[in-house]
Parts: sequence; C-alpha cells; structure tokens
Amino acid sequence: MSGRWWDDAYQVNGALPVRRLSVTAEEWRPCASGLAAAGGRLLSLWVVPGTPDTAPALVRAAVAIASGVLVLELSVADQVRGGAAEGSTGAGNYPGLEAIFPGASRMQRAAYDLCGVRSTDPDRRPWLRHAAWPADWFPLQGAGDAQVAAGAVVDDYAFLRVQGDGVHEIPVGPVHAGIIEPGHFRFSVVGEKVLRLETRLAYTHKGIERRFAEIGLFEGHRLAARVSGDSSVAYSWAYCQALEGLAGCTVPPRAAWLRGLMLEAERIANHLGDLGALGNDAGFAFGLAQFSRLKEHWLRAIEALFGQRYLMDAIVPGGTAVDVASDVVQRFVGHAGQLAHDVCALRQIYEEHDGLRDRFATTGSVSPTLATWLGIIGLAGRASGQAHDARVDWPTPPYDDVTPAIVVRSYGDVAARIAVRFDEVLESCRLVARLAGGLPEGPSRAEVALPTAPAFGLGVVEAWRGPVLVALDAGPGNRVLRCHPHDPSWQNWPALEHAVIGNIVPDFPLINKSFNLSYSGHDL
Amino acid sequence: MLRTLRRICSVGIVTEPLTAGDESLRIREALQAQVREVLGRALCIRHVDAGSCNGCELEIHAVANPVYNIEGAGIRFVASPRHADLLLVTGPVSAHMEIALRRTYEAMPDPKLVVAIGDCGCTGGIFGESHASRGRVSNVLPVDAAVPGCPPSPTRILQGILTAIGR
Repeated sequence: MSGRWWDDAYQVNGALPVRRLSVTAEEWRPCASGLAAAGGRLLSLWVVPGTPDTAPALVRAAVAIASGVLVLELSVADQVRGGAAEGSTGAGNYPGLEAIFPGASRMQRAAYDLCGVRSTDPDRRPWLRHAAWPADWFPLQGAGDAQVAAGAVVDDYAFLRVQGDGVHEIPVGPVHAGIIEPGHFRFSVVGEKVLRLETRLAYTHKGIERRFAEIGLFEGHRLAARVSGDSSVAYSWAYCQALEGLAGCTVPPRAAWLRGLMLEAERIANHLGDLGALGNDAGFAFGLAQFSRLKEHWLRAIEALFGQRYLMDAIVPGGTAVDVASDVVQRFVGHAGQLAHDVCALRQIYEEHDGLRDRFATTGSVSPTLATWLGIIGLAGRASGQAHDARVDWPTPPYDDVTPAIVVRSYGDVAARIAVRFDEVLESCRLVARLAGGLPEGPSRAEVALPTAPAFGLGVVEAWRGPVLVALDAGPGNRVLRCHPHDPSWQNWPALEHAVIGNIVPDFPLINKSFNLSYSGHDL
Repeated sequence: MLRTLRRICSVGIVTEPLTAGDESLRIREALQAQVREVLGRALCIRHVDAGSCNGCELEIHAVANPVYNIEGAGIRFVASPRHADLLLVTGPVSAHMEIALRRTYEAMPDPKLVVAIGDCGCTGGIFGESHASRGRVSNVLPVDAAVPGCPPSPTRILQGILTAIGR
C-alpha cells in the first residue's frame, strides 16, 4: 500500500477529523492491512442492515489513524433474511478482518447476531445472542415485529476446552460475589494456575441498538448516556458530537468547555473508585475507605456544580442542559486542588506498602508488543505502551486549548494500570482548574436543526476507560436510522483473557479490577 | 505504616453523626432500629445486576462508603443468596439475566424481600420491554419496595431498604 491513499476519502462533517471511504470486497482487506501497517487501530466494526430490494447492507470499520478516524464501508447485497438463516450462510457475506485486527472477531459475530450479515470468520458461535430470540430472526433487520423465544432457556455455549492431566474448569457467573455487573468467566486451571480464561458476555444485552431507532434523534443522547452509566458524560457527548456534525451545528465555546469539565469530573470519580477497590482487592481495606470517602465528596462537589451526582442528562444536542455560577465553579476548583493533595498522600502510602507492591507488580502483565497486536485501547492500552488518547490525538474544543498530558507506562501489569490512574487523576484535577479558570462567557447551548436528508455523523470521546465511539445514521427529520455505540471494552476484554494466563486464580479479581471493563457498554 | 496510621488519625471518623435535622442520617438511625427489632442481627443483602447500565451499582457502592456507613447501621452485603434476607435488583431485567435472577431468588431462604433499584428496576426505564428486555423487576419477581431515580442517591436507596423491612 503506498501511503496516504485515504487522504482523498470523503470528509464527514463534524468537529472530529473523520473520513469515509467506500471500498469493494476485493479492497476491503488490503485497505485494512494497509491501515494496520501504518499504525491504524480498529475502533469499531458494525453493520447497517439493508432493506429488501432497495438498499444493500453496509459493513463499516472505523480505524483510528494519526490524522483522525477513517471509516471503511463495504456494501453487502446478500445478507441473510429473517427465517432463512439455516444453510444460506455458507461462505459468509464479506471477508472478516479478524486476522488483521484480532478485536474484530467478536464485533463480527455480534454484527451477525443483530443484522444477519456474516463474515468469513470461522468462529461462528453467537456472541450477543444467547437464547432469548430465535437464531433466524435479526433484531436490527427492518421494522419487523420483535420475536421472543418461548420461555427462558439456558443455551449451551461451546467454550474451548483445555485438556491434559489435572486440568479442570472453574465456571464463574453470570452472578458474581459482589456489587458488580454480570458476566461469565470460564477458567481452565491446573492447581492454582490459570491456563486459559474464556469470557462469555451479553448477559446485560437489553436491545439498545434497536431501541435507538425507536426513539427520536433528539432523545438519543439520553439513551446514549445509559449505555454505560459510569461513562454517561462521554457517551452523551459522543452522541451529540455525531448529531451536531451531521446537522452542521457548532456548539458555543462555553458549552464545549463545560463538557470538558464534566468529562474530567467523570474521569476523576471513576479513577478514585477503582483506586480504592484495587487496594481492597489486595487486602488493604484502608485504601477502599480512604478513596471511597474522597469519591463521595467529589460526587457531592459535582452535584453542587451541575445538580446531579452522575451526569446522566447534562449534555444535550447543541450544548449542555446546565450552566454554572462562577462562585460555585471556584469552590469546585478548590475542591479539585484539595483532592489532588489527598491523592498524592495516598499514592505515597500505596507505593511504599510492601504488601501492595507484591500483589500489583508483575501481576496480569500485557506486554506492549501483545497490546499492539491485540489492539488494546484506552487506559489499559496506555499502561502497556500504547500512547493514544483521543483528546490529544485529535483535539476538539476545549482540548485544542487545554491540552492534556498523555499518561503512558510500558510495563503493562496491575501496577502500571494503577500508576496510569494516579497520574490521570492528578492531570484531570489540573485540567479542571484550567477549564474552570478559562470558562468562556456566552450561551451554553445552540439550536440544532433537524436534518433534511439522511446523513452520517461520528463522535469519539476519550472516556476514563478509553475512546467511546457513537456512529449515527440519521434523518430526515427526528429519526435515527441506525445508531451504533461502541465501548473500548470490546477491544480490551480479550486482553484480560491474555493478562490472566499463568497467574493464580486468587489474583484474578485484582487483574479484572485493574482493567475494570464495562459489561453493559459491551453487551448493549 | 506510620504514614497510614497518621492518615487514619488525621481523617478521623467521617460517618455523618446521628444528628436530627439531616434527612439522610435520620434514615440510618431508623434503619438500625428496624433491623435490630425485626431481625435481632445484621440484615444481609444480596445484590443482582439484572441488566443495568452500572449507574445504580455505583450508588449502591456508595451506601457502603464510610460516609453512609451502611454496615454501621447493621446491614451487610453478602456473596451468597443462601445468606441473604433481601435481594437488591437493578436494571430492566434483560432476557439473558432472567434465569440467573430467578435462580438467585429461589436460592434465598424464606422469608425474603426484594427491592427494585432505579428507574429501570421500577418501570423498565428508557430501555422498556422488548425482545431483549423483560422491563421492570416486578415482571419477573414479587417486589416489596421500588426506588426510583437514575441513579437513585444513596439516601434514597437506604430509604427503600427501610420501606421493605418495615412492611
């Protein structure tokens, strides 16, 4: 591939540098390989189902490259129609990308479950569908009536079996022994040592992508905020970014800065929770007590500023639903300063604690080479040498003015993921002060016009866990044709499976927490 | 070690004192009295996320933080449904979690209580009922108290638990 052929691709409207390129089935894989060779990373792969006789289905792959996001688009005429699944799926409808981007495998399986478009990936096990609806019915195909399998049943999922002397399996979940989301972990172990972990997800699948098409375009940000409740600011922002882009709306500067303030506040709250839980999982209850106290006071500060502890409906198309008073902002900045001071004190305790060091260091390692190959993104990626952050790589307001310092570690173990969190909390406290200090005057919301023709928009926002993506096909009018929200957990769940290999079973909770991946954001 | 001890001393007890006038604290006091009267021991809670977005989980975590200090009110979260008096359920019940939720409930000894947490647990919320969602928790299990909110604050969660054990 000679370089930069993608620069001529069609530019998608919006704040983010997004290009879109239609390719043929013959070009699909070479294009993906060329992008991968140039350092491109798969952000998401999804399918837009076609309509009978009028439009073919579209397979889309969003790839992160240095200059922005490139969306490759492939038309597929022969998707499987409802009622005809058996036997008609022979060779697959399009070439799979799993050999180029390993993370694509589960996305391709999910796309088949929802849309009836099959890749050539030899792994044909269902991914998002358990047994809740029939295998020959596809929830996102047209407006057909929803079908529900008769009575709840447990399906039989073909886990990969590990064989050998003394190998046994430990099944865990979907209900876990704690206040956490549900999912199933299948460990193959010898003694205490983990040989293999296979995750099975989609227990919290609640039909979000179909739901998007049932509610209005100007209601979608509310659903987006609830894709993963710990990242509601990031998701609602990404949705609005996509919508504002396709509708040709530029948000007022004050709105952009308020959104930045909310996003950093959300990052701080989540990192504080994780830092406490990680101490606790290593037997250091002091850490949980201290950090959960800091988190509680931080949530109260957010509530004092924005009126909610968790900012579910604070970001709306065109800007923000809330504005802030300058005296309250000043108190918030003061709080962030005190918080940074407290976090530094606790960091010193964590770093000097022999017991914690023993549990954190070299546990659950993912080398930079493996991370690059797997395509790990976000926080976990940065802990394994993947120096990417959407705020820095493709700065949109307010990050074009207030530049975050990117935090990277290369050792890729639990300790690295903790170090990244500590650094990012402190960096976000600094950003909070800068954003609050430079908050532009003016309105915090602009009008967004209804699209007059079908249009495509894309939003990417660096949430605390990594980049969340929302791809939106909308209009005309107040209609969502297809909305695909994508969580970085898709790429990072397979990394967890690698990280745990060779570790002991009792370290799994610690390793798992150090990633703290989303179930709901993945299961949709 | 010395630094840790110093920190513990300097932060002190942050659980909000049981003074009258503060709504959230009267609830803790009432809860403690109720639990003691009804059970004569700790109230044991098992939580199940039946399909939530994880927002409610964050606030359930918060009731256990040192500020709300639910353990100080004689309530604890347990790992097994066999040990639980009360089931705290979040989310619209996803079709994929229906069986796991029912089995968790069946594994609890009688008498048992169910509290549905959040707008989704109360009504199905924005997700509603569909091929993948059974909607509100009461579509699947008998519910003793329901706590609206998206997500409900820790105080409202404590109120919901109080309502359920007061029945």
